[in-house]
Formats: sequence, C-alpha cells, structure tokens
Amino acid sequence: MYKYDEYDQQMVDTRVAEFRDQVRRRLSGELTEDQFRPLRLQNGLYLQLHAYMLRVAVPYGTLNSAQMKVLGDIADKYDRGYGHFTTRQNIQYNWIKLEDTPDILADLAKVEMHAIQTSGNCIRNISSDQYAGAAADELVDPRPYAELLRQWSSFHPEFLTLPRKFKIAVIASETDRAAMRLHDIGIKMVKNDAGEIGCQFYVGGGMGRTPMIGPMIKEFVPLDQLITYSEACLRVYNRYGRRDNKYKARIKILVHELGKDEYARQVEEEFAHLLSQGIEPPLAELERIKPYFDDPAFETDASDDLDLSDPDFRLWVERNCHAHKQAGYTIATVSLKPIGGIPGDASADQIRLMAQLAKDYSFDELRVTHAQNIVFPHVKKADLYTLWQKLDEAGLGTANLDSVGDIIACPGLDYCSLANARSIPVAQKISERFGSAEKQAEIGELKLKISGCINACGHHHAGHIGILGVDKKGVENYQLLLGGSEGADTSLGKITGPGFDEDGIVDAVEKATGVYLANRQEGERFLDTYRRIGMDPFKEAIYG
Amino acid sequence: MKILTGNDLKSGAVTWWTGVGWSLDVNDAADVGEDGAKIIAREEGAQNVFAAYVIDGVKTAEGVRPAHIKDRIRALGPTVRPDLTLKPSDPEAVNWVI
Amino acid sequence: MVEVQFRFRDDEAVNDPAVTVDAFTDQSNATAVRIEPGDDARALLPYLDQLALVEVNFPAWTDGRGYSSARVLREAGYTGEIRAVGDIVIDMLGHLKRCGFDAFAPEHPLNPTDAQNAFDRWDNVYQATADGRQPIWAKRHPAGV
Ligand code: HEM
Ligand code: SF4
Repeated sequence: MYKYDEYDQQMVDTRVAEFRDQVRRRLSGELTEDQFRPLRLQNGLYLQLHAYMLRVAVPYGTLNSAQMKVLGDIADKYDRGYGHFTTRQNIQYNWIKLEDTPDILADLAKVEMHAIQTSGNCIRNISSDQYAGAAADELVDPRPYAELLRQWSSFHPEFLTLPRKFKIAVIASETDRAAMRLHDIGIKMVKNDAGEIGCQFYVGGGMGRTPMIGPMIKEFVPLDQLITYSEACLRVYNRYGRRDNKYKARIKILVHELGKDEYARQVEEEFAHLLSQGIEPPLAELERIKPYFDDPAFETDASDDLDLSDPDFRLWVERNCHAHKQAGYTIATVSLKPIGGIPGDASADQIRLMAQLAKDYSFDELRVTHAQNIVFPHVKKADLYTLWQKLDEAGLGTANLDSVGDIIACPGLDYCSLANARSIPVAQKISERFGSAEKQAEIGELKLKISGCINACGHHHAGHIGILGVDKKGVENYQLLLGGSEGADTSLGKITGPGFDEDGIVDAVEKATGVYLANRQEGERFLDTYRRIGMDPFKEAIYG
Repeated sequence: MKILTGNDLKSGAVTWWTGVGWSLDVNDAADVGEDGAKIIAREEGAQNVFAAYVIDGVKTAEGVRPAHIKDRIRALGPTVRPDLTLKPSDPEAVNWVI
Repeated sequence: MVEVQFRFRDDEAVNDPAVTVDAFTDQSNATAVRIEPGDDARALLPYLDQLALVEVNFPAWTDGRGYSSARVLREAGYTGEIRAVGDIVIDMLGHLKRCGFDAFAPEHPLNPTDAQNAFDRWDNVYQATADGRQPIWAKRHPAGV
C-alpha cells in the first residue's frame, strides 16, 4: 500500500491548517455561508437534512487496518457511532459538527487520510477496481497510476473551480468492476502491439440526469505522457465546459455537444502544446510509487483445500469469495447488506472489527467497493473459515454478493437534502421480501440499485433493476428501470412506465423477477433474459 | 401557518424559530406570517442560524406539522434509525412523518 | 479603477486603461487588455510583445476559466503583468499565483494578514505550472534521476 513521504504528509497537514483557518473565519463571521460553502465542499463538508455531513476520501478504495480503525474511532468520537460507505468508495458521516471538523481532519492526517476534494467542482477522489492487486484477471495493478493521478489532481491550481465535479476511475482488467465508462474520465490500462503498457482514455461518461457512456477518445497514451494528456483533457473542459446551466455543466455534455472527435481533436492540440511544458513527472516517479503496491509476502505453498461441510459457510464462500491470483488465497467480500439492513452502513464496532480482521487475515489491507461493501483482498484459504465465523458473529456474514439482496442505495430522503423520496426503506423492504437464501440462489446475479432522486448517486441507471425516487405532489413515488449494467457491457436502464408507491415498487420488482424466472434459458442472468426478450413481457406482468 | 427553519451554525442541528429564539423542537415553531425574510436576514446576520428558509405548516392538536415530508424528516430525524430521532422511545413517531 | 492590493513585480505599475479582447484584436495599439471568462486568451498570442498588462476578470470567483487564461499566456512566454480583478477571495490567492498571476486587485479589499497567510500557505506543490516552482516529484528525483 502507498505510504506518504514527508512531502505528502506536509501537504495533508497544510490542508488541515488551511481548513482550520477557514472554519475560524466562518465562525467569526468573516466568511458568509455563501462564501464558505464552496470552501467547505472542497473539503467534503456538506449540509444535509439533520446536520453537517463529512465525506472522507479513500483513494482508489484501498485502506490499511490502522486507517480503518480510525474511521471507526471517528464514528464514535465525533458522530453517532456509525458511518456510511458510498458508491464512490468513500465513507460519509452524517452528524458532524462544524467546530469539530478541523480536529477530525487532524485525526485523519495522522493515518495519512483526508477529505480533500471529496466534493465541490474539482477533481474528486480517484476510484479504481476493488480487487486491484489481487484479481486473477488484471493486466497490471491500476493503483500506482491512480496514485500518480491523485497527487497531480490534489490542489491542482488550474482545476479547483471547474464547471462541475470531475470523477476519474482507473482499471486494468477486462471485467470492469469500477463502472469506468460512467466516469468523467475512465482510464483503462492496456498493452499495445509492441507489448508496452499504456492508458486508454474514455471521456464524458456519467450518470445524473443525463446518463451517458463515455466514448473512447484515445486508444493509447504512453505512461510518460499520462499526466500531460490528463491535463489537456481538463484544460479543454475548464475553458469550454458549459457554465450557464449547472445541469449541462458536466464534461459529458461538452463531449456530446462537440462530438467526441472534435473534443478529441481539441485535446490533441492542447496536448501537443503541453508536451513542451515540462509538466510530466519522470517515469522514475511511477517507479518510486510502484513497489508500495507489490504483492504481500504470500506463502507460495498455501493449500487450496477448503472444508465446506458447514452449509452456511459454503454458501458464503460461493457467493462472496472471488478468485485470487495467488494459489491458496481468495478475495473475500463482506456484505454491508444484512437482510433488512441499511445498505452501506457499518457501526463503529463493526468497522474496528474489520480493521482487526484485516490485520490478522488479510495482510493489513481492506478495500471499499462501489457496491458499498468491504473487501479483504488477500485471505489465505486456510484462514477463511475462522474469518467468516468472526464476521458472522458481528452480523457481517451475509452471503448475498451481487444477488438481489446486495442492493446499492443512496441515503435518500432520510438524510439527503436533494432527495425526492426515501431510498433506504425501499431497499429494506426488497431485501426482506427476497431475504431467504433459497430465493436469492434461485434468482442468481441481480444488481438492484436505488437513487432517491435524479442525481443518481445510487447508480439506478446502471442497475439490472433500477429504482428512482420521484416527488409526486409531495408524496414519495418510485419509478422502475430495467436493463442497466455497469460492467464491461455497460448499458443504461429504461423506465418501465408509471411509478409506484413504496409497497407497489416492491411488488413490481417481484413481478419482474417472476418474468425472468418464467422465461430464462439455461445459464441466463436476469439481465441476459431481459436483453433477449425485451421490455414488453415485463411491462405486461407489471401493469397488465 | 408560515414557519421558519434553519441550521445551527456550529452544530448543524435543525432548528425552528420560536418567536424569540431557536428550538430543536418543531412544536415550538411560531407563525412568522409575512416576517420570514426579515427574521432570516437578522438572524443569519447575527450568526444565530444559517441556511434558513420559510415553509408552510399547520398547527394540529399534537403540535406543529410541516407541510412537506422533507421538513417532517428534518424535524424528527432519519426514519430508518428511530433510535437517532428526537423521539427514540416513540414507535409511532415515524408514522407522523409519512 | 480598483486598487491593486498585492503585486509581485519590481517594474513600474502599468495603469493604462485595459480594452476588451475584441477591441484589442480589431485595431489597436493599446498596451493593456482585459480578458473576460468567455474570451480566448490565445487570440492575444500574436501580440504579446506589445502588451504590458493583461487583466483577467473574475465576475464570480467560482468560475475558474481565468486560471487557464493566465497559464496559456505564461506558457506562450508572456512576461508582462497578469492582474486578477473582480471577485477575488482569500482562498484563491495562492492558486492564482501558481497559474501566473502576479498582481491582484480584488473588488473588495482583503484582510492583509489572511492574504499573506494564503500566499505563504503551501511550502510544496504537486504540479509543475508556469510559476516555475519545483514540484514535489522534481524534488524526489533531482536532475531527472
Ligand atoms: C448525501 C449527500 C449527497 C449529495 C448532496 C449528492 C449530490 C449529488 C449530485 C448533485 C449529483 C449529480 C451530479 C451531476 O449530475 O452533475 C450526484 C451524483 C453522484 N453521486 Fe452524489 N450526493 C450525495 C451522496 C452520495 C452518496 C452517499 C453517494 C454514494 C453512495 C454518491 C455518489 C454519487 C454518484 C456515483 C453520482 C453519479 C456521478 C455521475 O453523475 O457521474 N453521492 N450526487
Ligand atoms: S441520488 Fe439524490 S437523493 Fe440520493 S444521495 Fe444523490 S442527491 Fe441525494
């Protein structure tokens, strides 16, 4: 895992001092709320329905156990004993006091963490594949490149007041586990014909009210031009992205309005100019970063044998574990979606327990996934049963990864000031309706995603089944979408028709799964059946 | 009635204008009539509150009920965590929101 | 005209009235020009020798196009004054300076102590920009090692 040197530490410490000063100016009345808002947002501090909310960055989703422990401690010390893991691989606290935020940031800085640029119209926390460094199918570990980009984008003086927020994801395998093409910039690490590693750039993806899948604009950017090319992409956006309407301000609109070829041409022109400006770190910098992500000291003769005689354990292994590149090891995912629970929430005690377990069983490492779960990336199979037992005792042993119970849900109207409807109660009801292991197993892989408004923080466009909360004359109402996906086969879901109330939407989901079960062919997932038979049979069953 | 709500600058807590000050309990909310904007300007200027706005509400036998569900959730707390609301021991409180 | 509150140049202050980019490129022998957020700074590149002052206006500080304008000019070799005018707030100062601004004329004068703190805030920086400061990666790898 990356370790700060004196420079990185100094940058984060300086930010704490700067924010402390900004808070002082706000409390003394030197800054009005209008002046303070953009400043606090650049530090991840929102005002939500009940209090301030703080979003802490987890760069490319990777944490060590000391960091995870501090996240638990902060939940106890400054919040109400829990945190919410988000689709952007970050964590949010819902009950923060303004006066406490400088101290929270100072606590975070001690374990090399921060809330820098987790909100606001700037380059946000870089996301990545949650299985990076462990997956059997990756070309390289994408995180060194994400770290290079993290440093470049932190306090980049030209890009702190962009037209709108800007999200970058880096992946390095064919299976896209980071919704790469739904980011402002998606970077896929690839190998060219000469066998060299480089970056493929996709620009202009996004969700929100106008979801778009990012087109590829450059097939191969050599590693020693990564920063320069990124800078060119951003400069064209900063200069020409729309600022007249905040709903049209994302880069996806610029790319769409110019056309991808024209956007790419303008970037190319800027790139050619910037190449002479000496803004690219030397490759030695990447070489300095890389060893931090070297494999941990795997046992080379670890056994692949697993005793699966405990049926609950067997189920969990089948659902929640994923192939590791090292024989004798596995990638284990903790579902933060207990039946009837709040997706993504974890108590301070649970967070600290996961920290300790990562230390004991996963080479000190954890990951946060965009599906709001936690990963132990490197678990020796011999330890897996013990790990699972300890998780299960703490309510963290739910076996439902990627199944209908593994629902992504944004905070919705229970917490969010922009919401139209509550998301969490819908998630809870669906989770209960489909709670039994048999039902989940029968349905298989089904990604269900819920957003409380059109901003799409819950990725509803990209759910095999998506649910969108709308406001119908002051009453909560829910639209149903089918057919979205965010894997390598990214697609956007379509609305089935008129919306439902809270119980109605749960019924509609059940009817949709009924159509799937009645029509599926051997080996088909929900999404595959939908793609084959189309919307009509579903509409008939739901509204007929 | 017209009632006035905002957040406490230091804690961020949801507060309601009582006619003389700010309270955490929506039932203390006073009818501000046409004076909302004036009170907001004064109280925000004095740093007593921020992000303040005027909403519709009705006075019932049980107390003051904001017209929109969003403000009822602000008044009570998250419906999915009754333990963290202002009425942790009242199982019926959530129904008031909906 | 609004006072220049902070200036990081030794030469004589230029006080010629600044003309718009359109007026400037159309005709003139003016030596000072004002860039609005929607203007293309590259339109000025053929005339850099003639210019002694470029004002970059920020009608709202949250509109960051002016940062790119300043860098475009510095990257093209412009060495005259670049002055930030308009809605300039404390927290922008260090970043503006990094992008090549060397004079600041805020619409509302800033608290000088807070401003000085903002200019001095960052001992180190992650990026190479037109201000010539050595970025952290260059310090980590002296002489390109
Ligand atoms: C509770 C406070 C939150 C607020 C006020 C908020 C606000 C927003 C807004 C306004 C957008 C739309 C941006 C646009 O279309 O330009 C958005 C998008 C998004 N948010 Fe949130 N959000 C919040 C919480 C979250 C949470 C908890 C998550 C993760 C679960 C999240 C993840 C995302 C994602 C993934 C998108 C879509 C990004 C895209 O359009 O490319 N947000 N958010
Ligand atoms: S989708 Fe809407 S309701 Fe949900 S967190 Fe985002 S802004 Fe809030």
